[in-house]
Amino acid sequence: MSQSSATLAAAGAIAAAFAAHFAAPAGAQEMEKCYGVALAGQNDCAAGPGTTCAGTSKVDYQGNAWKLVPAGTCLTMELPGGRTGALEPLDRDLPG
Amino acid sequence: MTGKPASADVALPGRALTRLPAGVGVGFKPQHFSDILEAPGPVEWVEIHAENYMGAGGRPLAQLRALAERFPVSLHGVGLSIGGEGRLDADHLARLRRLAGWLDPASFSEHLAWSSHEGAYLNDLLPLPYTDATLDRVASHIDEVQEALGRRMLLENPSSYLAFAESTWSETDFLAELAHRTGCGLLLDVNNVFVSATNLGTDPRAYIAAFPLGLVGEIHLGGHAAEADETGAALLIDSHAAPVADPVWALYGEVIAAAGPRPTLIEWDSDVPAWPGLRAEAARAAAVLVGARA
Amino acid sequence: MTGQGAFRRALLDPAAAVPAGLVGPGGGPAARRFAVYRNNVAVGLTEALEAAFPILRRIVGDDFFRAMAGVFLRAHPPQSPCLADYGAAMPEFLAGFPPVAHLGYLPDVARLENALRRAYHAADAAPLAPGDLPAPADLAAARVTLAPAVCVIRSAAPLFGIWRFNTRADAPMPGTGPEDVLVTRPGFDPHVDLLPPGGAAFVEALDRGATLAAAAAAQGPAQDPAPTIALLLARGAITALHRADGGPALHDSAEARRNP
Repeated sequence: MSQSSATLAAAGAIAAAFAAHFAAPAGAQEMEKCYGVALAGQNDCAAGPGTTCAGTSKVDYQGNAWKLVPAGTCLTMELPGGRTGALEPLDRDLPG
Repeated sequence: MTGKPASADVALPGRALTRLPAGVGVGFKPQHFSDILEAPGPVEWVEIHAENYMGAGGRPLAQLRALAERFPVSLHGVGLSIGGEGRLDADHLARLRRLAGWLDPASFSEHLAWSSHEGAYLNDLLPLPYTDATLDRVASHIDEVQEALGRRMLLENPSSYLAFAESTWSETDFLAELAHRTGCGLLLDVNNVFVSATNLGTDPRAYIAAFPLGLVGEIHLGGHAAEADETGAALLIDSHAAPVADPVWALYGEVIAAAGPRPTLIEWDSDVPAWPGLRAEAARAAAVLVGARA
Repeated sequence: MTGQGAFRRALLDPAAAVPAGLVGPGGGPAARRFAVYRNNVAVGLTEALEAAFPILRRIVGDDFFRAMAGVFLRAHPPQSPCLADYGAAMPEFLAGFPPVAHLGYLPDVARLENALRRAYHAADAAPLAPGDLPAPADLAAARVTLAPAVCVIRSAAPLFGIWRFNTRADAPMPGTGPEDVLVTRPGFDPHVDLLPPGGAAFVEALDRGATLAAAAAAQGPAQDPAPTIALLLARGAITALHRADGGPALHDSAEARRNP
């Protein structure tokens, strides 16, 4: 495909994508506008930490926790075929 | 943006201590947003932590705008580090000025404490010694804040877990002198009075008797946790994670009897109950205020 | 006198002695009392990190996360009292933290969680309004304004699958290939989508000010820009179109609610 025909094809695809979006029924595009808050623990409530002006009676155990290895869902994310890479199976490679 | 236009009645030094009603307010938690609008019960006003509303937009500011249309809002800072050794954080003061500018809160308050040091924010209200030198420094910081915001602020007494051997002022005299020098009002946290007095082995009633109650623009009530130090002495933690303790209610009743009704906040920041639980705590404070009006 | 520098150092170092000049009632010992402040700082910042990085926490487990947070908060205390911003240094920290060296995808997870939090607090922006579109040739030559919440995260790991697996109860195992994701905020809740092949290059080019046609070329000749455009429009991520000649915006979101 020549450059100009590629450009034309892209222009057509761009126009078609915009046209398709605005042709859809308005209701299908309505997003939640709720002022409320997503259920606690639901990921899309991503406010992050807030401040406090209070203290805590919880104790920080820094200093005695340091032979730990990760133990969450990473342990279940083994990939098929013994594949190595970004998701290397953890049960083979726990730090000593 | 739908923030109210700047009020012509900006509370400059010398003007009213607060525009909050002398009723009960609660520390706003996002999970209570719908409930507080639909069933506020005795709640007449809300308080927010300024630092949680300094983002550019999104749900936090949308909720705050909606709340501000319905309730007087008390803006309560936790991060200015007014008791810090260094200069105030100019960026943070600018953020605060921007927020106070569009929100036009009924009150602005901060703490007699420090939380930042050389650019690191430590996320706690840390204590300072009460000396002539710290008095000068805190007074100059209060001046700077009141000038930047164009309004009179309230300064809150801290919860203390220890004392400084070098202190030469009592906390009540220190606060009274700061108010005298700067024109600021005071926020009297009755739970903090009880926690500090227990922790330092002093008398909370003597503290209240020495406190300049005429300068109190707001009262805080929160829950604490009880522990002990290495000698077995009581060590109370200002946890805001429980109902207000009975001796604190008793002390509060005495403060209101002496000072008359004042805007009173229920603070509950951890293990926050569902709305009916917080509203019930607010109702208890409201009953004390109603009793004082009768 | 007890300086705040010494106080701060002792707060963050559990092995440090309690600063001189601090006393309990009657001049008694202050060690347990000073420990209250130490706990307030360490526990408070640890809880802030737990709130900021729920997916990281789920992946590595609660105990490991708390221990790691203890190291992080001492190396990188917040630089601002606005805790919503806390954790910007987490991706780089994870990349250099030996106990997770075998979990090469963790920095990308942290980047995604930072983007979600930034999106939550980002400025409001009204999406492109329905209405007449320009002729197709004009459209290809137009530039766009993306909503402030928009963020692309490229990853060599199956980042979308990792995110979904750790946030949806019935989600399948992550795939095996690289996945780029798009963070947007239609309404008030951040949204995560898998970008089609070439989509990351397309959105990044738009963000740099390229025309739609140039952005399509940037994603490679074999890639169709339509799925990425459809995704951007569906998520309200395009807020204005600008004519190539610098003329007035074709669809400026004039009624976008300005931030206070």
